[in-house]
Amino acid sequence: MTDITPHQDQASGHGNTPARLGYSPVADIPHKPRATDTDPKAARRAERQVATMFLLSMLMVVLFIVAYFGIDKDTIIYFPVLGEVGASNVALGLTMGLAILLIGTAAIQWAKKLMPDVEVVQQRHDMVSPKRDALEAQANYERGKEESGFARFPLIRRTLLGALVLFPIPLVVMLRDLWTPKPGTEGKSPADILSTTLWTGGLRIVSDGTYAPVRPEDLPVGGLISAVPIDLKEVEELEENLNARGKAAIILVRMEPDEIRAQQGEGWDYQGILAYSKICTHVGCPIALYEQRTHHLLCPCHQSTFDLADAGNVVFGPAARRMPQLPIGVDEEGYLVAMSDFAEPVGPSFWERG
Amino acid sequence: MTTTSPVEQVGGATATYVDERVGSNKFLSRNLGKVFPDHWSFMLGEIALYSFIVVLLTGVFLTLWFKPSMAEVVYEGSYIPLNGIKMSEAYESALNISFDVRGGLLLRQMHHWSALIFIAAMAVHMFRVFFTGAFRKPREFNWLIGVGLTTFGLLAGFSGYSLPDDLLSGTGLQIARGIVQAVPVIGTWAAFLLFDGEFPGTEFISRLYGVHILLIPGLILALVTVHLMLVWTQKHTQFPGPGRTNDNVVGYPLLPVYMAKAGGFFFIVFGIIALVGGLVTINPIWIFGPYMPDQVSAGSQPDWYIGFLDGALRVMPNIESVIFGWTISWNIFIPALVVPGILFTALGLYPFIEAWVTGDKREHNLLDRPRNAPTRTAFGMMAISFYVLLWVGGANDIIAVAFDLSINSIIWFLRVTLFVIPPIVFLVTRRTCLGLQRRDREKLLHGYESGRVLRLPHGEFIEVHQPLNEKDMAVITAKIDYTPIPAPDKADVDGVRNKNYRAQMLRHRLSEFFYGVNVPKPSAAEIEAGQHHAAHDAAVEAPLHDYEDADQIQNFHGGVLHHPGMAETNAEQVEQR
Repeated sequence: MTDITPHQDQASGHGNTPARLGYSPVADIPHKPRATDTDPKAARRAERQVATMFLLSMLMVVLFIVAYFGIDKDTIIYFPVLGEVGASNVALGLTMGLAILLIGTAAIQWAKKLMPDVEVVQQRHDMVSPKRDALEAQANYERGKEESGFARFPLIRRTLLGALVLFPIPLVVMLRDLWTPKPGTEGKSPADILSTTLWTGGLRIVSDGTYAPVRPEDLPVGGLISAVPIDLKEVEELEENLNARGKAAIILVRMEPDEIRAQQGEGWDYQGILAYSKICTHVGCPIALYEQRTHHLLCPCHQSTFDLADAGNVVFGPAARRMPQLPIGVDEEGYLVAMSDFAEPVGPSFWERG
Repeated sequence: MTTTSPVEQVGGATATYVDERVGSNKFLSRNLGKVFPDHWSFMLGEIALYSFIVVLLTGVFLTLWFKPSMAEVVYEGSYIPLNGIKMSEAYESALNISFDVRGGLLLRQMHHWSALIFIAAMAVHMFRVFFTGAFRKPREFNWLIGVGLTTFGLLAGFSGYSLPDDLLSGTGLQIARGIVQAVPVIGTWAAFLLFDGEFPGTEFISRLYGVHILLIPGLILALVTVHLMLVWTQKHTQFPGPGRTNDNVVGYPLLPVYMAKAGGFFFIVFGIIALVGGLVTINPIWIFGPYMPDQVSAGSQPDWYIGFLDGALRVMPNIESVIFGWTISWNIFIPALVVPGILFTALGLYPFIEAWVTGDKREHNLLDRPRNAPTRTAFGMMAISFYVLLWVGGANDIIAVAFDLSINSIIWFLRVTLFVIPPIVFLVTRRTCLGLQRRDREKLLHGYESGRVLRLPHGEFIEVHQPLNEKDMAVITAKIDYTPIPAPDKADVDGVRNKNYRAQMLRHRLSEFFYGVNVPKPSAAEIEAGQHHAAHDAAVEAPLHDYEDADQIQNFHGGVLHHPGMAETNAEQVEQR
């Protein structure tokens, strides 16, 4: 392994079998000496270049410390090309980056100018072990097999196999409690939980964000608002998560009643106001890109397109299911309410959905 | 060893101290002079390694400030636009790292940039290994480890950008959840277990955190270690060149040249990542806002390496079936799990498939030039074109806006071209490789075109050909001409039926397919003759200076000149074979 020789000194006949290549072996490339090999001045210059880069690197570290303590973290400056940027971030990145980069360039310059540039040759060895080693390994294996009695005691062999197969099971079983049912969902299967939302008959529809109840006249024809059930805030505070929102979020759109070609249920609109789930039936992105003229709803994630004037059916894209519609009406005070929960699960499909 | 300075004396004493306890000199004596071949493309793997080190380093710093919790807090930090907004602790701490920890944004951006570079470098490194056949015996295991590293790299990246709990990362998680739910039979339960119930829950970020900072980096680190140990033991492959053979390594010794170059390159990669982290914004989470399951921004784009999966999801037609009351979402299951599953399995198995098809059992330490393995190169380009088309699909909304196109047309274009373009790429690549092989053959036989055009006295124009230099000669002649596995016999001489006939026939056909296209290297004798020819051509150069002296040219003109019809003749000869 230590048989290193300068490339030039190699006889031209080493290595690969000429027979296999079918050619006489090629001669080596002649080595051109560099300026730093022949001219001591050039070598001195290269030495100074390398040392200067190391020095600059050290200087950058000093500047980094100055920038770290000297520049207020909230200062914004104008930097050419980049525009308005945080002064601290740019200064720290520049100084640290250059401090590190200069070490690299110095080392490469050193290697290229001052270290030998003569390629050397080393022989390879086949990866395969010598025959003797293989035989010895085989003999050791046989001895081990014999001494352990692995072949003689089939009962041990089989029970060992059984034990080794079974022992990871507890580790897998313990993963069951990765999911612990939340209060109110005990005894329900995942499919049951996915199939219901907060909506029930008579529950007020409120605008998302302000939680203000919505009157039909609040929504002009062609308009769209994002809405949630009135008790969502309460539920979110109680459950301390956003799960209910992920299923109950809806959009309300209003069109001329005669523009509605089909709905998922007779009279599920209210004077041309339709309520649809906001959660895409493909993989669950919320949707609010609505084109008034065509009544198309476009998912920003994978561009599934639904026709809200036609029962929320899919008109294009990877989603296979229509957007679930929520039947709505108004209560005695004239506010929009849900008439019931969704008739089908909202959001992405799942195995048990049917 | 002549130790003079006190530092060297201490160093020498330390070396002895360590050696007496672990026997380190045995290793050092063999390895300090280890030879590493040099080529720019060998740096690609180095970039991957060094950027991974930077990812680890900056990641450790980020853990000091990041809080992987989905508990709700109200933001009161120095980023004014979000003041008073409810958000998770994870997002709040990510904002604090960006605005209130000095150098925190730099670390975050360095972490993100180096992760992107890590995966990109792995991908390009993999292309290099594939197209040069570096995965062949004895390096198949290292190829498998590399495929594993790439896979874990993708998971590391995805789990990382999902942690800050901003609107974009949450949307990514929602999509991931939808994909898990689409797995037949176990999907719903798997999703509930992973997320502790419904989406988004309160546990997922802290669970993902453990996976992101411990499990995946641990696996990557282990695999990287084995990867490098194998490179070390098997020695690096090298490109053909003068003096380079299958049985040697030509290059620079570890100490000092390779160590200085590789070590220096580490600092260069590190330094550039720090500069980019300081100057170029990446993943400005403060713009996206906190995650809410009913909000999304238009033009949501994942990091580049997830783009092909997102594209597959977008391009897939909306097929879903209900069988006996069970739902199978082909529209999600196939693009998100089956397609990448097939791509990565094929990638992992490729060296073994090629070895079986070709019956090649030799050790290969000299790299192939891509043109000399036309079928492999064509397969690689085909796979890349498929990947790129999926990637285009992942950006269909951006493309639609930028070029004012219809999204529907882009999707339909991709649905067709995903099946049409890769085979075309395959054929074009194979023909291109053959063309290049033919060119190589011409060069071997007649030398290269010198660019000197000569007009002969009778009016004919010729181009003077020069003999190849030694380097080109070595590179071109290193090509190995393989022969396909012969067709099997239906029965042996005694009439005993060949039981493996069908398998052997398949292998024969595949081998024919793999090696069937090849421009054989000229024989040594042909080259000799060709060079003789070229030498004459070179001699013709001499009268060039006395261009007007027609007599002198005439002297050299005796049927020995290269004639323009020759190239075609050779090409035809090749075709006939």
